[in-house]
Amino acid sequence: MILSGLPLAEQVILTLASLILFTSFLLLAQSRLFGLINTFAWQGVLLFLATIMMAATYDRHHLYISAALTLGLKVFFIPWQLRRMVVRLDIFRQVETVVGGSLLVMIGAGVLVLFSYYVVLPIRELALLSIRNTIAVSLAVILIGMLMIITRRKAVAQVIGFMSMENGLFFSAIVSTSGMPMVVELGVAFDVLVAAILFGIFFFQIRAGIGSLDVDHLNRLREGDQ
Amino acid sequence: MIGWLLAISQALLFLLAAPLMAGWVKWLKCRLQNRKGPPPWQPYRDLAKLFGKEVVLAETASPVFRVAPYMVFSVTALAGSVVPLLTVGLPTSAIADVIVLIGFFALARFFLALAGMDVGTAFGGMGSSREMTISSLAEPALLLAVFTLAMTVASTNLSTVIAHLATEPPQLYPSFIFAALAMALVAVAETGRVPIDNPATHLELTMTHEAMILEYSSRHLALMEWAAMMKLLLYGVLLANLFIPWGVGLTFTPAAVGWGLLAITAKLFFLGIILAVTETSLAKMRLFRVPQYLSLAFILSLIGLLSHVILER
Amino acid sequence: MIYLYLTLLLPLAGTLLLALIGQQRTAGWVNLLFTIATFAASVRLALEVFAQGVLLSPGKLFYVDAFNVYLILLNALVGMTTAIFSGPYMAHELKIGRVDAGRMRLYHAMYQGFLLTMLVALSTNNLGVLWVAVEGATLATVLLVSLYRTPKSIEAGWKYFILCGVGIAQALFGTVLVYFAAERVLPGSDEALLWSVLHQRAGEMDPAVLTLAFVFLLIGYGTKVGLVPLHNWLPDAHSEGPTPMSAILSGLLLNIALYALVRFKMLIDPAIGTNLAGSMMMGFGLLSFTVAGLLLHRQQDVKRLFSYSSIEHMGLMTFAFGLGGPMATFGALLHMIVHSLTKSALFVTVGHVSHVAGSQSIEKIRGLIHTQPVIGWCFLIATVALAGFPPFGIFASEFLLFTATMKSSPWLVIPLLSGLAVAFAGLFRHMQRMVYGDAPEGQVAVKANMWPVILHLLLVLWLGISIPAVLVDWLDQATIMVVGKGVL
Repeated sequence: MILSGLPLAEQVILTLASLILFTSFLLLAQSRLFGLINTFAWQGVLLFLATIMMAATYDRHHLYISAALTLGLKVFFIPWQLRRMVVRLDIFRQVETVVGGSLLVMIGAGVLVLFSYYVVLPIRELALLSIRNTIAVSLAVILIGMLMIITRRKAVAQVIGFMSMENGLFFSAIVSTSGMPMVVELGVAFDVLVAAILFGIFFFQIRAGIGSLDVDHLNRLREGDQ
Repeated sequence: MIGWLLAISQALLFLLAAPLMAGWVKWLKCRLQNRKGPPPWQPYRDLAKLFGKEVVLAETASPVFRVAPYMVFSVTALAGSVVPLLTVGLPTSAIADVIVLIGFFALARFFLALAGMDVGTAFGGMGSSREMTISSLAEPALLLAVFTLAMTVASTNLSTVIAHLATEPPQLYPSFIFAALAMALVAVAETGRVPIDNPATHLELTMTHEAMILEYSSRHLALMEWAAMMKLLLYGVLLANLFIPWGVGLTFTPAAVGWGLLAITAKLFFLGIILAVTETSLAKMRLFRVPQYLSLAFILSLIGLLSHVILER
Repeated sequence: MIYLYLTLLLPLAGTLLLALIGQQRTAGWVNLLFTIATFAASVRLALEVFAQGVLLSPGKLFYVDAFNVYLILLNALVGMTTAIFSGPYMAHELKIGRVDAGRMRLYHAMYQGFLLTMLVALSTNNLGVLWVAVEGATLATVLLVSLYRTPKSIEAGWKYFILCGVGIAQALFGTVLVYFAAERVLPGSDEALLWSVLHQRAGEMDPAVLTLAFVFLLIGYGTKVGLVPLHNWLPDAHSEGPTPMSAILSGLLLNIALYALVRFKMLIDPAIGTNLAGSMMMGFGLLSFTVAGLLLHRQQDVKRLFSYSSIEHMGLMTFAFGLGGPMATFGALLHMIVHSLTKSALFVTVGHVSHVAGSQSIEKIRGLIHTQPVIGWCFLIATVALAGFPPFGIFASEFLLFTATMKSSPWLVIPLLSGLAVAFAGLFRHMQRMVYGDAPEGQVAVKANMWPVILHLLLVLWLGISIPAVLVDWLDQATIMVVGKGVL
């Protein structure tokens, strides 16, 4: 077992990684919008803690800024904005159904985790940090976010899937290389912020144009029969 | 020799402690609900009273109905006698395999469900069908959680697992967090506690365990009740000794056994508090939500297994 | 150096200014002025690069070499000519009530913002910033796709947003992996994402990680390029947005995603040593080329028709870059220019066509050449150029591509040629009726400024007959950078 002998800080990071993976699964299973948003916020909190741990353990000071960005964007701003949207669009009572049965989706997600494990095997051999295994977790979080976008029919849920993919990307950057250069980090954060605002605008457009936030109603554009 | 002696006394202790655990949780719940409540040793009185009563059998009852209480009780007692309570490495621990243990549970449940259906009342059949539904959903989760432990230690023998975990330097296993949570959820479902079933109610349309034993009286009922109490204790001991293994006696010296007794008492004391608090703060779930609850347990144990494979190797 | 900054700062200033005054009647002119100024700055930048060679900004954030300088120039040019068209076109849309003043402001601000993100993507030296800029380009255009607020356009916008967002996320993961591999070569350095630095040390990076990274990058940027099977968003986004946007999306944005992919390929090839990246690109390219060619036949919307044609051409370029070799690469680089020019010219024409016919449906567009000969002729000639007829530039670049394919893997010429024939038939079965058929009653000519189209077509014609020495020099240098040796 490799785990024994790791310093406590790294064990904590590994634990946080597995908890982040767990929140991804929870996102996939949640059927209520507020629950979904809260789970997303918790994922942000875990990400924030993991970043702080990384910064403290490996002495990467610029990660503190990334951590602050995560806290501001993923824990406060985006969940706050989504909650406001849900209230203003009056959809907080809606219960989401998952396409294809929830257990099947869960098993699919489990398969995705194994898939990411095998995909990143070549990286494990190389990584300098002992917590390299978390790269597989980060890829799994990205892929589960994608699965969520595919299996959810509500626009809000798809957005949360999108943002959780973004969480996975951020996590992959901090655990594989302990953070991208600052300019990239800031740029990505800016993109996320703009995307969050645009999504909000889109909700109102979809609602006004189609009368529902169910993306099943978005089916007018098909090949051939315009 | 001393090993056998210890094993027998441990099994007896297990039998005798089971009502105390149930009484303790009940007393705590009463206090939390601002009621005075019966003292923790009340279950002993109840059992004694039931043993003194005359047996009343339904006219439609078959021999299975009469045999079932003895089967359920003895199988559960057997399961309890092999789980390491005070020390590890006892002679009986050779059969203390997790998979065997789950087999014991399944056997007891089988007889319980048969007994529920035997008399032919509506309640009994309903209870049996619910019990089987719940357990069929809970068992995969339990097995996965157990496999996570087994893979970490490379053994399915409870005694070996506990000994291994107790002797190595403290580690933060991410997978254990999930396995422990999954197992706790399964334990709540399997022992019929809130939010799956309510042990305090009779004659409610949503009850499960009570529905199955509704037709029993006197010593039969006592054995069934006692078996249920043992099951609660059994899950408590499993959770306590697997995930917080420190304190379990590793040798047969009086000091080790004494410390083991102290440790398990303390662990169960706190476990009882946690159980009572959660039961008080939660409402019983609708039956249709139970599969969701158990799929959460399944996801937890699945993630436990995955994070073991990915993060800990 | 100052001109590089000007090239980037002018669109930035334009974005900010038009965000304030974009609803004014003069906004179209302001927009045009900014694009003209940007174009002028980019010409000066090009001259500077021509005189001095590679340009690396202090701080190493920007890097202009032969590969991107001509794309910057092309970007600024098409941005300018499309702005000439955009002013009157959007004024018309405002008049018929398809948009309101607030949306005009959004449109103009985002027009400049889009140009800005594309120019940043082209000129940056940092592979992370490249990603940020490409994602920024998506974000800038996503509200423009849904500008008309019809259910269809909202659907197209949502699809564009989600699919491109999901795709581009894979590219970021790929970038993280490249950074990871680079950090092992350059430990503790801030420069491990700088292309100019990595290109020097490319051979030292770990092949396994880079292979994995390239798979993610190909999926990610490939989504943006519009490679089949990741192309679903493209026809919707191109057909539902305002026509000037379609022209820029089709003509420029796709190029930039491909540019990003090729930049990464240049890092990855020396590290893995085999042509694995190339083979993957060839596969995807050929698939896109063939499938899009077939789908051309089924289209009923004229803008969708030409967006599928874009997929087809992007597939061809991806194939050519994947094939490698100096001649194919040179051809692909040239194809990037001529396709951009032709496609944006076509979309501008289509904009006028849809005003003439009052619809984008191919069924309803008839007899253009009778109603308004100049539009009809431009439409016809641009389509002829697009289909790869001599003497236009696309013929020249495709000829180079096919010759190179013939040399290295002759059997691949068969699918290429048949794909070309299928695409040709797909274009012309629709074209013939739209241009010649009987004009419906009451169809009248509209006020159209065809000079941008004519300018583009003349450029394409010129590039088909003789390529200016400066451009040949740059393309050859770029070819040397991409594959190691040039054609000259």
